[in-house]
Amino acid sequence: MDLTFVILVEMLYAVASLVLISAGLAVVFGMMKVINLAHGEFMMMGGYATITAVNLGVNVFVAMLVIAPLVVGLIGLVVERLVIRHLYGRLVDTMLATWGLSLVFIGLATMIFGNTTTGISTPIPGFAVGGYQINGYNFFIIVVSILLVIGIYAVLRGTRAGLIARGTMQRADMAAALGYSPDRIYMATFFCGSALSGLAGAVLAPLVGLVPTSGGAYIAKAFITVIAGGPSLIAGLVSSATSFGVISQIFTFAISPVIGEVALLIAAVVLLRTMPQGITGRFFKGKL
Amino acid sequence: MRAGGAGREVLVTLVVAALLIWLMPLVIGTYTLTVLVIYGMLGLSLGLIWGFGGILCFGQAAFFGLGAYTYAIAAINIGESTVPMILAVLVPALFAALLGAMMFYGRLTDVYLGVITLVVTLILFKFVNSTAGPQYKIGEARLGGFNGIPGFQTLNVPGDPDAYIWGDPYFYVCAVMLVIVFLLVTWLLRSSFGRIAVGIRENEVRMALMGYDVAARKTVLFAIGAAIAGLAGALFANWGEIVTPNLFSLGQSAEIIIWCIVGGLGTRLGPIVGAAGLAYLKFLLGQQSMIDNTLITGLILVLFVLFLPRGLVPAIAALLTSIFGRSRRKPSARRMRRLRHG
Amino acid sequence: MAETVLETHGLTMRFGGVTASDNVDFKLAARELRCLIGPNGAGKSTFFKCVTGLLTPTEGHVFMRGQDVTGWQPHQIASLGVGIKTQTPNVMDALSVHENIWLAARRFFDPAEARARADTMIDRLALGSIARTALGQLAHGERQRVELGIVAVADPWLVLLDEPAAGMTAQDVDRMTAIIHDLTRSAAVVIVEHDMQFIRSIAEVVTVFHQGAVLMEDHVDRVMSDPHVRAVYLGKKA
Repeated sequence: MDLTFVILVEMLYAVASLVLISAGLAVVFGMMKVINLAHGEFMMMGGYATITAVNLGVNVFVAMLVIAPLVVGLIGLVVERLVIRHLYGRLVDTMLATWGLSLVFIGLATMIFGNTTTGISTPIPGFAVGGYQINGYNFFIIVVSILLVIGIYAVLRGTRAGLIARGTMQRADMAAALGYSPDRIYMATFFCGSALSGLAGAVLAPLVGLVPTSGGAYIAKAFITVIAGGPSLIAGLVSSATSFGVISQIFTFAISPVIGEVALLIAAVVLLRTMPQGITGRFFKGKL
Repeated sequence: MRAGGAGREVLVTLVVAALLIWLMPLVIGTYTLTVLVIYGMLGLSLGLIWGFGGILCFGQAAFFGLGAYTYAIAAINIGESTVPMILAVLVPALFAALLGAMMFYGRLTDVYLGVITLVVTLILFKFVNSTAGPQYKIGEARLGGFNGIPGFQTLNVPGDPDAYIWGDPYFYVCAVMLVIVFLLVTWLLRSSFGRIAVGIRENEVRMALMGYDVAARKTVLFAIGAAIAGLAGALFANWGEIVTPNLFSLGQSAEIIIWCIVGGLGTRLGPIVGAAGLAYLKFLLGQQSMIDNTLITGLILVLFVLFLPRGLVPAIAALLTSIFGRSRRKPSARRMRRLRHG
Repeated sequence: MAETVLETHGLTMRFGGVTASDNVDFKLAARELRCLIGPNGAGKSTFFKCVTGLLTPTEGHVFMRGQDVTGWQPHQIASLGVGIKTQTPNVMDALSVHENIWLAARRFFDPAEARARADTMIDRLALGSIARTALGQLAHGERQRVELGIVAVADPWLVLLDEPAAGMTAQDVDRMTAIIHDLTRSAAVVIVEHDMQFIRSIAEVVTVFHQGAVLMEDHVDRVMSDPHVRAVYLGKKA
């Protein structure tokens, strides 16, 4: 009984962290058809922003939920203006340029913070269920990602900006013809996407020892989740995060964490081979 | 006329290569030069499939690493280097043929191709990294996990396991290998197979409607690229005398892509020049600690994508053409852009 | 009665709830020239794509020279000796005119023979002056002409052309008409076309599509004067 509960929590946590890791990338890809390969480094910078702020005496939740998204969002804005906007419509070139940017950020972080592991302790204590110890912070991550999904849904469904965003997602040229400057929409989108990456990196920071190359651990998973999810933003994100999260946890419990990771990757290959348009290219067509 | 042109090109290649092999060791130490040559070969392997076949592989390092590991494992088991060298070419080629068939018959293109090759590289990386335990053995060879495999038989004169080839002679062996591979690639691209590959790069649907089996041809080209990368991997294993999982890393894959972009896609020379040039730059930068190495590499990639997307070699060629006014046809900027978008 | 080279039985293609091609029975004899016409959305192009292997029909069968080719890949169908031209110009932009046509010939002949055939075809198409120019730099009409050369160079016995006259000048159209007539000496030709002017100048038997199905099939003059067909084109109730 206790074990079932623990496994259930672990699975939920695995799905939630995949959602969290991929949300920023999904927003940027869904809206702009841009694959931001510097996404992992945006998360890494979110982590460093949090740790720096905490060390300066800021409350840890303020640092994670406000400061980190803002800082990384602004960095994203600069990147969009300087690099990305010159490459719209050139998918492969943006991938290459953002890959270059990711290296630049790794280099910068190494120069500023040094090539050593830093971290902060989890602000929420763990507790015991029967004979098992559960990390209380996992619940926080589950809650944050549920709120995140609801938040994105509410913004897209309920606000004027969301309506424009949905329009742009479907037909960028039509939205432009209706007088909505794609330039400004893309700028705003990239800001939001980067801020989400920053948030994810910040929230996950207490769980990992942070090094300048931490981003590499995230980008592949995020990339896979988003591409496998396919064209629909929320449905794609949730469905592919759920499939991969559950699969990797099953193998983690049954065999070992490494096999869990490998199983996730193999699942991705199989999924893309059978559904090249992603899960939502096949099912849930036209949903958000 | 065509055959005469080919003959002259081979001659020019041989003369220039001989001059470089003779002169370069006077400037750079042969130990460093050897690895530049090996990277040049690795760059050429991706330059062939990406620049001429339109296949963007995010995991060329997988074949490089596979070649290196195959060599190391086989060399430990056999104790002589000739068969391991051959295996190091065949195993990655076979692996790529299977992977390629799966992707190309599934009609996966650009981003999806990118994800799959990237994921496969990661799988190999994670798997090899986790093989530290003594139960992971192939024959006599322990895989060693993140520590890698040291202490295998390095290159020897075929048939004589005690006659090691190392130091200056090893540089000459690698350089000659690169020249041979370069000439083979040249020949391949001049052949019908190569011209058909370029046709497929330009327009898959049209080529299929002409009756060409696009998936089969892409698979073969992909395997050839992997074979070259595998050979480079085996040479690298001999140079480093150890193989580690880092050979499979995404960072390694990224570098190969950067070499191709900087040197110039759609040329044979570009990826080699890009690889050797950037690797040497990295070597020079490694001797200072003021600016981080990764930062420079990243900055170079960004700047090239933004300002010189065709790469150095085509740009220099265009410059020379405009100076000397020779009206040889050169790929237009538009073509190169199309190329990258498959 | 000449041999039947292309035949479909109950060819049906559905996209979701839309039936784009509805139970089409079609028969084409060797060396016949046939035009497929119909208003936008009549299902001509869907039919064309099912026959060329670009789409796999939901139901029904396609036969070429008596062989069931339903569900074959485009390259397999082309390998039988079928020349195909799609609606939009489909060429290799970075390659020269000669290279484009040579590649088409190389599929069926050795390199030297392919070169000779490409040269001949370029002369026939009056493309000699631009033989070494990249396709990306050519005008629309010239690109269409090159694609016709790609289709014709390998001596096909069945030629399928989707809107070959689209966007061409009058002079281009004349030249193309001559080439198509040339082709019919050895091949059966199917032309999907919008342009009634062009149809009148070239066609004998015409198949009219309407709402995915075959409305009628007859000589061009009788088709043109048929009240049903006129109604379909003008959008009136017959």
